Amino acid sequence: MGRKILYQDAINEALDQEMARDDSVIVMGEDVVGGTGASGEMDAWGGVLGVTKGLYGKYGNRIMDSPISESALVGAAVGAAATGMRPVCELMFIDFMGVCFDQIYNQAAKFRYMFGGKATTPVVIRTMYGAGFRAAAQHSQCLYNIFTHVPGLKVVMPSSPYDAKGLLIQAIRDDDPVIFCEHKALYATEGDVPEESYAIPFGEANIVREGDDVTIVALGRMVRFATKAAEALVADGINCEIVDPRTSSPLDEETILESVEATGRLVVVDESNPRCSMATDISSLVSQKGFSSLQAPIEMVTAPHTPVPFSGALEDLYIPSPDKIEAAVRKTAAYGN
Amino acid sequence: MSNTAITAITMPKWGLSMVEGKVIEWLVEENTTIAVGDEIMDIETEKIANTFEALDSGVLKRKVAEPDQSLPIGALLGVLAESNISDEDIDAFIKDFQANYTPPEIQEGEESETSYAWVEIDDYRIRYLRMGVDKRNIILIHGFGGDLDRWLFTQGPLSANASVYSLDLPGHGQSTKTIRDGSVAAMASLVTKFMDHVGIDHAHLVGHSLGGAIALQTTINDPDKVDALSLIATAGIGVEINGSYISGFVQAESRREIKPLLQQLVGDPSLINRNLIDDILKYKRLDGVTEALEIIATEFIDRDQQTIDFRNHLASLSIPVHVIWGSADQIIPASHAKNLPGNVNVDVLEGFGHLVQVEAAGEVNKLLQG
Amino acid sequence: MATNLSIEDLLDAYRTMRTIREFEERVHVEFAKGGIPGFVHLYAGEEASATGVCMNLKEDDYIASNHRGHGHCIAKGVEVTGMMSEIYGRGSGTCHGKGGSMHIADLDVGMMGANGIVGGGPPLVCGAGLTAKLRGKGNIALAFFGDGASNQGTTLESMNLATVWKLPVVFVAENNGYAEATASSWSVSCKDISKRAAGFGMPGTTIDGHDFFAVHEATRAAVERARSGGGPSLIECKLDRFFGHFEGDNQKYREPNEVKTIREENDCIKRFSDTITNDSDITVGDLATIDREVKILIDDAVEKAITGTDPEPDKLLTDVYIRY
Repeated sequence: MGRKILYQDAINEALDQEMARDDSVIVMGEDVVGGTGASGEMDAWGGVLGVTKGLYGKYGNRIMDSPISESALVGAAVGAAATGMRPVCELMFIDFMGVCFDQIYNQAAKFRYMFGGKATTPVVIRTMYGAGFRAAAQHSQCLYNIFTHVPGLKVVMPSSPYDAKGLLIQAIRDDDPVIFCEHKALYATEGDVPEESYAIPFGEANIVREGDDVTIVALGRMVRFATKAAEALVADGINCEIVDPRTSSPLDEETILESVEATGRLVVVDESNPRCSMATDISSLVSQKGFSSLQAPIEMVTAPHTPVPFSGALEDLYIPSPDKIEAAVRKTAAYGN
Repeated sequence: MSNTAITAITMPKWGLSMVEGKVIEWLVEENTTIAVGDEIMDIETEKIANTFEALDSGVLKRKVAEPDQSLPIGALLGVLAESNISDEDIDAFIKDFQANYTPPEIQEGEESETSYAWVEIDDYRIRYLRMGVDKRNIILIHGFGGDLDRWLFTQGPLSANASVYSLDLPGHGQSTKTIRDGSVAAMASLVTKFMDHVGIDHAHLVGHSLGGAIALQTTINDPDKVDALSLIATAGIGVEINGSYISGFVQAESRREIKPLLQQLVGDPSLINRNLIDDILKYKRLDGVTEALEIIATEFIDRDQQTIDFRNHLASLSIPVHVIWGSADQIIPASHAKNLPGNVNVDVLEGFGHLVQVEAAGEVNKLLQG
Repeated sequence: MATNLSIEDLLDAYRTMRTIREFEERVHVEFAKGGIPGFVHLYAGEEASATGVCMNLKEDDYIASNHRGHGHCIAKGVEVTGMMSEIYGRGSGTCHGKGGSMHIADLDVGMMGANGIVGGGPPLVCGAGLTAKLRGKGNIALAFFGDGASNQGTTLESMNLATVWKLPVVFVAENNGYAEATASSWSVSCKDISKRAAGFGMPGTTIDGHDFFAVHEATRAAVERARSGGGPSLIECKLDRFFGHFEGDNQKYREPNEVKTIREENDCIKRFSDTITNDSDITVGDLATIDREVKILIDDAVEKAITGTDPEPDKLLTDVYIRY
């Protein structure tokens, strides 16, 4: 394809192109500009990790800093969406959903249904998730499964720069509320991204790698870990197919089921805690609708049922690793053989 | 903390995601006495350029890092020491530090890129690729929904003894997607202008499918510019065309929709792999592509029939004309290669589909070179 | 120096402030060297607030803190060696390496936790105040929060609740001028956060947070009111942070010389030591002795933190529940 850019620059480019295309697209969040009202430079941060940097210079008051008031911020984005704008609201860390969840799940998610199909709420909530930065229990969680549980929300978790740009553009153009989950550890990863605008439809899984022996369904950052494990397993003659659902709601059930139909074995990799998770959800899907395809019990590789520990020694154990994925694949591949 | 006589100045970590920094310049000279907080160096990272302030005090005995050097966090930048420490001790310290230092892990990224070029023609930005240097020129013109990558297996081999150009037509590949006029005539005039812009006086035109029709039209318009014509599974010399393939291709959004369509392009469906499907979906998702393809399609087909016909022009062409087809073509039937005028060379390759130049690259390349 | 504090009190206050400063300056250096993982938010520059406030509190009084919590911890009596080890993620840390800089807590000394959620503390303090009130032991609860948190619904709801329930609570807003990179002069809709107190039916006052004595006196009155059943109060300390929002912050939103000027002209410790060496029998030598002792303490804490061991792997699964 040619041009390689970082995951975070792909997100920035998607915002830039959509803001240029449609003046109803606005960006709001805490320090998405950075420096508002202060003595130094405006756009000093451009987001806590610089993801929205430069948009202020191009779009002025269409990108707005907010006081630290997540309920009011997210609620205002939802209200603006319901009245004709297309706000992209940044909830800095997904963990902060705890502060403002009502506005998301009782308000945004339910308007369409409660109001008899009369409301349209095209809000995007961009939020950072994931462990690995020694950021401890309140800045490291993978809570996408909680949003996935709520009817009315669409939930997206791009695993590559290409997907980040295309899925964000789709999220902005989509007329439903979208929770757009960005893994911190992916921001600095690089990949091919076209300069032109493009939208990746929701509910279409990406087959990251083809293989006949074991299906690995992995989400977000875990796609990279699964790829690493799959590469290592080739030496032992185990060929893994890796399916990245890209969106957990809607979920591309068919691609998952088709893959398991071909391989007969499934490993689900989910960085989140194991209970009521995407891992259990996908396992349940396959045991209900793909039972006859299965030649071995489904394996789940997840974080344990604990908060995220601070200490690096513990956090490294907490996060599902390529080694653990490899072990799970070996286990399921050996079953019955 | 123990106060050692020699202290390392190391690449600082500014922010969570920083893995390395680039030295812009030193702000102090060797043998200067430095206090904590003194500005010693400008460093640039992916996100931040900033001044590095001393975290320890002492005499700057040695600058280890040089301007423009990119170094991972924790790497040695310089050495501070008390003034009475000898150079030998400093050398030993540096040697010891470097021997024990391991940079933090970063993931590998490989680079191997073909270098494309662009020309501005009218309102279009046209991407093209040139391979080979020779007096003979060949221009490869892809078909509907394709791009210059369709010539992946063609362009390299042909470039052994020719300058071979492939281009992305408007609405395709990485060329401009907004199309005013999607007719074969407009595309043909663009090919002529392309030759002028790039400085090709005359060339052997090779066209696939719709690209064949465009090559034919170009030849009819400017016979002097064309040395020879190779038409692969070409449009424009018969009526029938698989209209449901065309409309399906234009509308398809997902892998599940597009895979069976693409499988119609080849004799052996297993050739349609994940990468090809992904590439085509990536192209199809670009803004403006669906609209562009619709505009182009309406100009040359109406349901299952082609609305352009150059068959009657073939006999009057005074240059070598070669028609190549796969016998199992499901898009434009190989029967169009039958009953052509005597000046046309015809080769039908048994068992291959519409993308015969991909599927039977070796044989097609031989025919193109012969 | 209008104060009834004894020489011992003043020396204690100095020691606390110095300890916080030394601790934070060292964390700044060690973070830059790459030894400290995660997010770190430093309190240097704001020492007079934590110290002046907490000198009015007893061990069984509670405080809730925020992400910039090291100073509050030290002033409330959390032991610095454990804190430093915690910041390094060691098993010997205050929270056994599981919390880190943003979640240091020690309930034994009434420290209910630093907090990673802006506005997380004020509601908790209402609960602690409720316990104090219902148990009738005469203890109180106090929330430290920033200008950023003053705009959170949780903070405003807590102030209302504290008045409605007449809780023995003190709210201390530390307004250091910035919520992350955004100026409080812009993000706070009124000139002084303390003006909001009137709307919640409690006294509110804004003071110079660089002035230890002003902080101490304002808190004394608020704590007395809380202890005597008078209900909650709000104090706004206007002060400055010497470092960025977090370590790694480029601080481009601040004028280039802003921090330098603050350090030179409005260093709360300098102001305090000038006052006490001029107006009492305390000498510069007394303070230098404390400086040396503090430095040894912090050096030792860093040494122990650096050489400390990581938590055992099985600790990953412990303390999620008490029983499960």
